[in-house]
Amino acid sequence: MRTSSPEPERRPIARLLWAVVSLLISAAPNVGSAAQPEPEQDPIAEYRAMFGDDNPAVFWEMRGEALWTTPRGPKNRSLEDCDLGLGKGVVRGAYAQLPRYFADTGQVQDLESRLVTCVERLQGIDRATLLKVRFGNGEAHRSDMEALAAYVAAQSRGATLSVPLTHPQEKAAYALGEHIFYYRAGPHDFACATCHAADGKRIRLQKLPNLTRADDARAAYTTWPAYRISQGELRTMQWRLNDCFRQQRLPDLIYGSEVSIALTMFLAKKAEGGVIDAPGLKR
Amino acid sequence: MNAKTLITALVLFGMAPTQGSASELPEVLKRSFVAKGQAGLDRLEQDPTQKACSQAGAVTGAAAAEIIAANQASIRYPSDGQWLGDWRAGEAIAQRGTGKQFSDDPTEPSGGNCYACHQLAPDEIAYGTIGPSLKAYGKLRGRGEAVLRYTWGKIYNPQAYFPCSGMPRFGHQQILTEQQIRDVMALLFDPESPVNRDSSP
Repeated sequence: MRTSSPEPERRPIARLLWAVVSLLISAAPNVGSAAQPEPEQDPIAEYRAMFGDDNPAVFWEMRGEALWTTPRGPKNRSLEDCDLGLGKGVVRGAYAQLPRYFADTGQVQDLESRLVTCVERLQGIDRATLLKVRFGNGEAHRSDMEALAAYVAAQSRGATLSVPLTHPQEKAAYALGEHIFYYRAGPHDFACATCHAADGKRIRLQKLPNLTRADDARAAYTTWPAYRISQGELRTMQWRLNDCFRQQRLPDLIYGSEVSIALTMFLAKKAEGGVIDAPGLKR
Repeated sequence: MNAKTLITALVLFGMAPTQGSASELPEVLKRSFVAKGQAGLDRLEQDPTQKACSQAGAVTGAAAAEIIAANQASIRYPSDGQWLGDWRAGEAIAQRGTGKQFSDDPTEPSGGNCYACHQLAPDEIAYGTIGPSLKAYGKLRGRGEAVLRYTWGKIYNPQAYFPCSGMPRFGHQQILTEQQIRDVMALLFDPESPVNRDSSP
């Protein structure tokens, strides 16, 4: 939960968004039986439609662009020479081809872990400092990672998701991701598959995507990163996976860990062919 | 790695060892998580049932029979012979979704979060559909010893009836206490419970 107020320029939109959606959600269980809404009704989808193309994520995109282009850190350099997989300095379309193997690190990297590499190597800002705020919490604790991810993802809007699966390490990451998806553990015996491998299910009123199907996987994956209305924050796939594992009753997923990247690889391949529409707007 | 371990890994993960990832999985998991709150790294380790159920397809035949037998043996029936507690307490348990997460206070009792997956009281429309509807559960089934015993066992350890069920083993994994299970039982069986009554006018 947030503990401080959001930055002034986004406060009115964030508040309005949350107020209207809260109203829609809270009204649902309390209405009389005569006017009971269909459980399938999706207040977020309705609200998203009302807002058209407006999304508070734009404030993260703008801050991310500034972080990308402004010389910073001990080396006083911008991130404009960062190679996101399509060559030095190419941002457009790069997110649609991640995760992938990078020869300069010898690892498969997703968007966030690659951004960490670029910030470390180009700007000389150390990982611990950068990741002190992995997940932002209001104006006083903004996450540079979330802003950068929003900016880079937005530069792939409209691009078709096409993730390479040729390097042995890319194949290994996919295989590992698939194992993790079905790996049951913890006091509740949950795996990702417990909630995300069947069609047409809901948890409470929330629709659950079947992430083993292309259509559901595309709709879910291509809209991350996303502005989370309930949190008034922009969140990335690293956050999404961390919070899923929290609810699975497992320990804290390390940011940029092998498991997080492998699972992202598996999900990205399931969503292959989808059109990036990020940052999205989610509950 | 010896041959037996390798074969076990192959069977469990159903893949060729060329990626090397199957046998490395426990180490990869330990490197990828840190202990937080009440969730230690030990939670990444699997018991035999979790291992057998970590695959895409259904588990059948001897493997399924083995899961049923092992989990049947784990069920502890109420020590005082009392099956039913307080349905109001049961409803609160069914509504509560917290417990055992690293973000939860371990001194607070866990919820059962039944509504996440099941329809129960007809007035609660915010129910999930991962599990079957339990509306009118007791009204439809009566309160005979056999159905009470089966339902207790199903809450305590669903793997004893449906191998690789997605439902948590609430008793076996000590998510709910014996008294909490009694209360959830009352929610299902008590004639006064909203589960067994029509929707309010």
